Amino acid sequence: MGSSLSVKNISKGFGINKALVDVSLNIKPGEFVSLLGPSGCGKSTLLRIIAGLLNADQGDVALNDASILGLRPNERNIAMVFQNYALYPHMSVHDNIATPLMMSSFPFWARQPLIRNFWPGNRSTNLSIDEKVLSAAKGLQIEMLLDRKPSQLSGGQRQRVALARAMVRSPAVFLMDEPLSNLDAKLRIQIREELSQLHKSLGATFLYVTHDQTEALTLSDRVAVMDAGQVLQFDTPQNLYQKPANLTVAQFIGSPQINCWEMKADSLGRLNQGEWLVQGNLQLSVNSKVTLALRPEQIQVSLNASEFSQVVDLRVKARVTRLENHGPEWIFWAEPTTGKPIPLIVRASTKSMPKISVGDILWLGWLLQDCLIFDPQGQRLDINLIPGSQA
Amino acid sequence: MKSNQNDAEFRLAWIGMGLAAPAGFLLAILYVLPLLCLLLLSLTDYELGATTLRWLGTENFQRAWQDPVFIRSLKNTLVYMSIVIPGGVLLSLLVALLIHQRVRSRSFYEVIYFLPVTSTMIAMATVWQFLLHPKLGFINAALKAVGLGETAFITDPSWVIPSLALIGLWQMIGFNMIIYLAGLSQIPQEIYEAAEVDGVHAGWERFIHITWPMLTPTTLFVVVTTCISAFKVFDTVLALTQGKSQSEVVLYAIYLEGFQYFKMGYAAALTLIFLALIFAASSIQLLKMDKKAHYA
Amino acid sequence: MKLKTSVVVSHAVLLGGAAIMLMPFVWMFFTAIKAPSEIFEASIWPWPRTWYGFAHFQEVLKSAPMGLFMWNGLVVCTGILIVQVLVAIPAAYALAKLPFKGSESLFMGILVALSVPIQVTALPLYMGLSLAGWLNSYFAQMVPFFLSMFAIFLLRQHFKTFPDEIIHAARIDGMTEWEIMWRLVVPSARPALAAFAVFSVVAHWNDLYWPMIVITTTELAPPPLGMLLFANAESGANYGALMAGATLITMPMVIAFLFARKQFIQGITMTGFR
Repeated sequence: MGSSLSVKNISKGFGINKALVDVSLNIKPGEFVSLLGPSGCGKSTLLRIIAGLLNADQGDVALNDASILGLRPNERNIAMVFQNYALYPHMSVHDNIATPLMMSSFPFWARQPLIRNFWPGNRSTNLSIDEKVLSAAKGLQIEMLLDRKPSQLSGGQRQRVALARAMVRSPAVFLMDEPLSNLDAKLRIQIREELSQLHKSLGATFLYVTHDQTEALTLSDRVAVMDAGQVLQFDTPQNLYQKPANLTVAQFIGSPQINCWEMKADSLGRLNQGEWLVQGNLQLSVNSKVTLALRPEQIQVSLNASEFSQVVDLRVKARVTRLENHGPEWIFWAEPTTGKPIPLIVRASTKSMPKISVGDILWLGWLLQDCLIFDPQGQRLDINLIPGSQA
Repeated sequence: MKSNQNDAEFRLAWIGMGLAAPAGFLLAILYVLPLLCLLLLSLTDYELGATTLRWLGTENFQRAWQDPVFIRSLKNTLVYMSIVIPGGVLLSLLVALLIHQRVRSRSFYEVIYFLPVTSTMIAMATVWQFLLHPKLGFINAALKAVGLGETAFITDPSWVIPSLALIGLWQMIGFNMIIYLAGLSQIPQEIYEAAEVDGVHAGWERFIHITWPMLTPTTLFVVVTTCISAFKVFDTVLALTQGKSQSEVVLYAIYLEGFQYFKMGYAAALTLIFLALIFAASSIQLLKMDKKAHYA
Repeated sequence: MKLKTSVVVSHAVLLGGAAIMLMPFVWMFFTAIKAPSEIFEASIWPWPRTWYGFAHFQEVLKSAPMGLFMWNGLVVCTGILIVQVLVAIPAAYALAKLPFKGSESLFMGILVALSVPIQVTALPLYMGLSLAGWLNSYFAQMVPFFLSMFAIFLLRQHFKTFPDEIIHAARIDGMTEWEIMWRLVVPSARPALAAFAVFSVVAHWNDLYWPMIVITTTELAPPPLGMLLFANAESGANYGALMAGATLITMPMVIAFLFARKQFIQGITMTGFR
C-alpha cells in the first residue's frame, strides 16, 4: 500500500545559509525511515520539501517514480504529523480529523462554512465523511473525544488526533516531524510502540524526523544520519552502529559516546611504535594521522593484569575518575596511569564487577580487531589492526 | 482560632494593604465618590452657583428621553458608530492581513498607518476642515475636476456625520491594525502548514476556515474598544462643527449642558445614561478579562 | 525576483491606503508654506508653486506661545506618569504577591473603573476642584489621571509571572518587601514599564476634554487646548497660519513616534494582550 519515495539531488539555501546540499535518498515502499541529526542539520527542511511546503532550489522528489515536484501538498498523497500537533484550536476533534476529507470531497462553494453543514445536497457526503472520521478515531481509541476541542485534551490525546487526521485519507507516505518530542518520557515510549504497530498495520511508507537516537534506531528499517545539510550515511541501525561510514556518524550514534584517540603511523605504516600492524585492503601512508575508535562496551575490566575473562590484545592500567551506576551496568571514566591521560569511557555489567569506586585502579583491556579506524578526513578505513606479534 | 495563624502571613497581608492603600484611596476619591455624586446630582435640579436645589427624583431622566437635542445626539452617535465600527474593524483587518506577510516593507507601512494615531486630533481636525472646505479644499477641487458637484461636507446635515465618521476612521485604523498584527503573529506557522497539507491553501479559504476563527478573541477586543472610543467622539465635533448643522453627539450634548449651560443636575443624569451604555459594551470585555485574570 | 500578482496587488492596495493616511499631513505641511494667494486657488496638488517661506510659522509663533504649550504638555504628562507609576507599582505588587482581605474587591473595582472614562467623572471632579479653588492649575490637569487602572492591571499580570521562589529566598535573606519590590521585581518589568510610559504620555499629551474644562488661561494650556485657542482666535480663513499651527502642535508626538516606534507599538499591543 505504501509507495516508494525518492529524493534526487535536492539542494536548498536560505540566503547564504545552505540548508541542504545535494541530498539523495531512495526509500522503499512500506519502509520506516528516520532522518536523524542534530538541530539545524536540514532534516525538517527536507521533510517540508517532500511535503510541498517549501520549494527546493534544485533536485526532484518522486513518489512511485513519478515526480511530485509541481504538485501542491494535498495533491501528493502524503500526510504530515507536526511536533506541536498543529490541531485547529477552534474546531472540534471531529472537524479536525474531517478537514482533509472535507477539502477533497466538496467543490469550492459547497465547503464554505455555513453551506457545508446546511446544504441538503451535501448530506450524503457529510455522512460518509463522518463514517471515515469515526473509523479513524476508533483505530486510535479516541472515538469518545470527537466532540471535544483540542484545548481540552492531554498531550498524548492531541497527538492521536493529529495521527487520525493524517490517517483518514489513507496516504501512501506519512511524514512526521519530531512528533514525540513534546511528550513526557513514559508517554513517548508508549506512543512509540503504537507508532510501530500502526506502521505494520497500515503498510504505508513512514518518513520520521527526530534528533533522538533511540527513537530512530528502535523504530526504523533504515536511518539517514544527517549533518550540515548532507546525508552522512543511510543504512540499517545495525550497520550504522557497527560500520559507521565516518567519524561523525560513529560519534553521533551510540550512547555513551564512542572512545576516540589519534595516532600517527610511522615510516613503515605501523602504529604504536610497531606494536600494531595493519591488515586489510589499504595500507596506511607514512606519517598519516588516523583516529582509532572503540565502543565503551568493547573494553574489558579486571582487577589485575592477567585475569581478563576474555582474550585481550592490550592491557592498560587506569584510575576511575567518574562513575555512574545505571542499575545493571556501570558507566565510568578512567584515565590511563601512563602515557596521555585521555579518559576512556567504559561500560561494564555490575555482575562482572560488583564494586567500583572513584579512585580505584583497574585494568582495562580490549581486542585490536574491535577498533575502528578513520582516516584524517574522518572516513572509515576498511582495515583491521593486528598485534605486531601476529605478523 | 485564627489568631494563631502564621505570623508571616499576617504581616505580609498588612504590608499588602499598605502598599495598595494609595491606589484604593485614589479609586475612592476619583471614581467612587464622583459616581455617587453623579447619582445624587442627577436626582436634583442643581445648577452651578445656585444656592438652592430641588429634589426631582427621576424627572431629569424622563426629560432626557424627550429632549430633542439629546435624542438627536444619540441618533447621530449611533450613525457615527455604524460607520466607524464595521469600517474600523474590517479595514484594519484587511490592512493587517496585507502587511503581515510583508517582510521588508512591513515597518514602512506600520509607521505610515500608525502616524494618524499619534497625531493631536484637534490639530488634524483643523487640517480636515481645510481639506473638506467647499471652496478651498482639495477634496472638493478633485470632485469638481472629475465633474462632480461641490459638497458641503461639514455644513450639510446629511453629510456631516459621515464626514466625521471618515475622519474618525482615518485616525483609528492604525491602532486596530497593530492589535490585529499582534493577533496574527500568535497563529503558529505549523497550523498554516497543516492546513496546506489538508488542502486549505493560502487565500480566501485559509482566511475563512483558519485565520478568521482563530482571530475571534482579537476581533472581539477590537470591536469593543472601537465601540467605546466611537461612542466617546468629541474632539472632531468641537473642532469642526461645534454641534451646528444638527451634528451633536452624546458627549458634546453633555458638555454643553454641564459646562456651557451649567445645568449640573441634568448633565449628571445624561452622564449616567452615557455611562450605562458604555458599561453595556465594556461588560463583555470585562467578563473576558476577569476570566483571563483569574486563570492566568 | 519573481513578482507574484498577489504581491503586486497587496502593495497597490497598501500604498493606496498609505496615501490616504498621509494626505492630511502632506497638505498640512505644504499649505503652511504656501502663499495665501495660492491657498485660495484650491488646487488638487499640495506643493507650492512659488517659495513662500516660513512666514506663516512666524505668524503663529508671534500670536501663540507654542513653546509654552509644549512645556505645559511636558510638565503635565511627566507629572501624571510619575504619580501613576508610583501608585501602580506597589498596588500591582500587593495584588499579585501579597494577598489580603479585600484585594479581590479592590481588583474588581479597578477593572470596573477601567471602563469609566474621564468624561463621566469630569462633572463631579470639576465641581470638587472648583469648591477647593484648585481649578486652572497643573494639579487640576493631572489629578484625575493619577490612578491608572491600566498600569495596575498590566503590572499585576507581569508581577504574577515573577517566580515566587526568588521572593521567598529574598525574604529569608532579610530583605524587606519594599526592597524586594523595587530591587528585584520592578526591574524585571522594565519593558512593560517603558511601553506603558509611552502609552500614557501619548494619551495625555493629546487629551483635550479635561484640560479644556479646567484650564481657563492660555499660560497653562497644553498643546491640544493651545491649538483650540489658537484656532478660535484665528477666526476667518487664514488657513496658512492654521496649518502652520497644526504642524507645530503635531510635530512633537510624530517625531517621538518615529524615534520610539517599538515602544509605541508594544504599548498598544499590551492593551490587547494582557
